[in-house]
Amino acid sequence: MSRLTLLSLQVLVAVVCLALWQLLSTVPVFGKILLPPFFFSNPVDVFAQIVKWFSSGVIWKHLGITLTESILAFVIGSAGGVLIGFWFARQPLVAAVFDPYVKMVNALPRVVLAPIFALWLGLGIWSKVALGVTLVFFIVFFNVYQGVKEVSRTVLDNGRMLGMSERQLMQHVYWPSALSWMFSSLHTSVGFAVVGAVVGEYLGSAAGLGYLIQQAEGIFDVAGVFAGMFVLSAFVILIDFGVTLVERRLLVWRPTVDGRG
Amino acid sequence: MTTLTAVALEDAKVAFRLGDERVYTAVEKANLTVGEGEFVAIVGPTGCGKSTLLNVAAGLLKPAAGSVRIFDQPLAGLNRDAGYLFQADALFPWMTALDNVAIGLEVSGTPRSEALPRAQKWLTSVGLGAFANRYPHMLSGGQRKRVALAQVLIRDPKILLMDEPFGPLDAQTRQVMGNLLLDLWNADRKAVLFVTHDLEEAIALADRVVIMSTGPSSRIIGDWRVSLPRPRDIFEVRLDQEFHALHREIWSVLKDEVMKGYAQSTQAAEAV
Repeated sequence: MSRLTLLSLQVLVAVVCLALWQLLSTVPVFGKILLPPFFFSNPVDVFAQIVKWFSSGVIWKHLGITLTESILAFVIGSAGGVLIGFWFARQPLVAAVFDPYVKMVNALPRVVLAPIFALWLGLGIWSKVALGVTLVFFIVFFNVYQGVKEVSRTVLDNGRMLGMSERQLMQHVYWPSALSWMFSSLHTSVGFAVVGAVVGEYLGSAAGLGYLIQQAEGIFDVAGVFAGMFVLSAFVILIDFGVTLVERRLLVWRPTVDGRG
Repeated sequence: MTTLTAVALEDAKVAFRLGDERVYTAVEKANLTVGEGEFVAIVGPTGCGKSTLLNVAAGLLKPAAGSVRIFDQPLAGLNRDAGYLFQADALFPWMTALDNVAIGLEVSGTPRSEALPRAQKWLTSVGLGAFANRYPHMLSGGQRKRVALAQVLIRDPKILLMDEPFGPLDAQTRQVMGNLLLDLWNADRKAVLFVTHDLEEAIALADRVVIMSTGPSSRIIGDWRVSLPRPRDIFEVRLDQEFHALHREIWSVLKDEVMKGYAQSTQAAEAV
């Protein structure tokens, strides 16, 4: 299928959905409006709300805050995950001792940590960053741990036979292997960084996209809730696109799924 | 011919501890020497411990008994004089072909600016000059072996250890690689210990062919000198009368071992 056909079909799906939404929320079917505006609003109002946010410039501050929180959560969570993952993989004893605790903390739904973080770190950005970190950390941690443990035996032996010291093995074999595993989970971990930030904002904050949605919900402004959701989706898609670019740059050496370069 | 011994295994025994208390003896009392500049091939049925013996010579495995001497010095730790060509893919997948070859120099402290041109030269001599910037997954199996060969040879090891290096390749590529190996080896005649299960390949390449018995507790059961003239061409040498005579002679011994190994593996399967 050509790129153009695909794109037009994709746009068609959006147009049909929006048209149905607009129609069902404004035109009565058999004397009844199927999507009452109070609960469902309508695309025109939602779009007007989005335009208002952008034209008045209010949205930039909130986007900026959410972006900052996501980036901080991602960077801190990844750094922690890489370091601890590396350490555990090279020290099986440490890994064995901490294993049940790691599993326990990972099993905990992170949302319940939000109130604790709000208490400890206040309602500013750091309580949201902390929530994002708990999500990102484990994804990166497990991937790096696996990556270091599953370095091919032959590649390691080859490194040794080529005269690599332990430090050089670290630099040329373990490290790239661990990083490649981390990058393969980049989409997931970046996504979770955003989730942590938005959920944290939603549960208690004074700025950010989550805050915007929560405020709109508080005054039954359904158009505002939907507008917030759309801005959030667009935001995540943009970030994801950025991640794809980074990934393509960093993982050139990896075979793609169909086995071709 | 030569006086110095590059590799000497004396009564080397290799054993592995299985999960429980049992001990599996892979190789029993192996005595093997490789002279300086000598090309020795080890042939044996699958699972006879040929690769194990090679790993002992490389220092990757410690013998349970006996000793390993490299240039008359007892081997402690890894064999620093040896280059090892693995059967499986051993290239670093995150490095380009050029970097894969250069890394062998870089780890021993050669500056990158000096290592890269030398690596390029080696890539050219294995016929991959135009593929320097490819990553291993973009190369064919035969091309990866060429890179691996360059990676090992650039360090100029005094001993070459090869573990069925051309095993995964198709028949034609194996012969081309064999000729390439002989050409490169002819230039400076390193000591080579070459493990294979292919008797024809062994006779075509080596100065001496060593036969191992079926495992467990396999032993070296034969040692033949191959006096075919050098330089050899692998395609041509197979047509030689002497080649055929030698092949028949060695095969008569090897055949029994292969059948024994085959019988063992089928019995084991039935027992399960």
